[in-house]
Amino acid sequence: MSSSRGGNGCGGEGERQIHVLAVDDSSVDRAMIARILRSSKYRVTTVDSGKKALELLVLEPDVNMIITDYWMPEMTGYELLKRVKESSELREIPVVIMSSENVPNRINRCLEEGAEDFLLKPVRPSDVSRLCSRIR
Amino acid sequence: MSLMVLREQLNVLVNSMFLEGLLDAQFRQLQMLQDASNPGFVAEVITLFCEDSERMLTELTKLLDQAVVDYQKVDAYVHQLKGSSSSVGAQSVKLSCIQFKQFCEENNKEGCLSELNMVKHQYYSLRSKFETMLQLEQRIQAYDSEQQN
Repeated sequence: MSSSRGGNGCGGEGERQIHVLAVDDSSVDRAMIARILRSSKYRVTTVDSGKKALELLVLEPDVNMIITDYWMPEMTGYELLKRVKESSELREIPVVIMSSENVPNRINRCLEEGAEDFLLKPVRPSDVSRLCSRIR
Repeated sequence: MSLMVLREQLNVLVNSMFLEGLLDAQFRQLQMLQDASNPGFVAEVITLFCEDSERMLTELTKLLDQAVVDYQKVDAYVHQLKGSSSSVGAQSVKLSCIQFKQFCEENNKEGCLSELNMVKHQYYSLRSKFETMLQLEQRIQAYDSEQQN
């Protein structure tokens, strides 16, 4: 049987499978984060912008976590985070920010705005495992 | 040619790419994400990376061809290219992008042009080896699926 290295199944199974919305304008990074999340048994939907993320959140009320790139054109991950936290319907959804840059001000700002965690890219399976206990 | 020989060729190729500094440890992470249920993952990501990179190199060439260069736009594209090369473990491309960003911040057109050439050189060297890699992967997988039938 195949087993995905780094995956510990914390995404759940069947009806209790955790649904993650991954937001990144880079097709390479979308493919990477989707694979990493799926190897931990999360159900994953990917979009390439904050705008599409917000549209999807309205249509699909079963998103359990959002993981978003910080630096995106038009709407940054920070702006998406703010919109989610300002919305009465969406504010309970944990939001994780990813960035290729280690900028302490940026990290603090995101955490203060209510981000669950901040991951440095390239994201690894161990980073996602770390999220597991926080999301449950 | 036997499966073992093909696998050996692939290993030798990938190891040489590490030794030459074309790839770094992040590429191993990529390889680890490929398994029996996702046999084409490395090929998928490499293909996306190449499509993305070529698009960005085209845009960068256009931008730096202007009399007045929009360094913000140049920086945005270099940042993207740096990000995707970092994600796949394309070390030589990534390092070149870091230098490129530096020239961009200094609004140094000559430096940018020179570094754009360097990035292109690094990218096309890498792409050529990636092509060989993917051909070997395809042959290995064809062999694998033949064996399963």
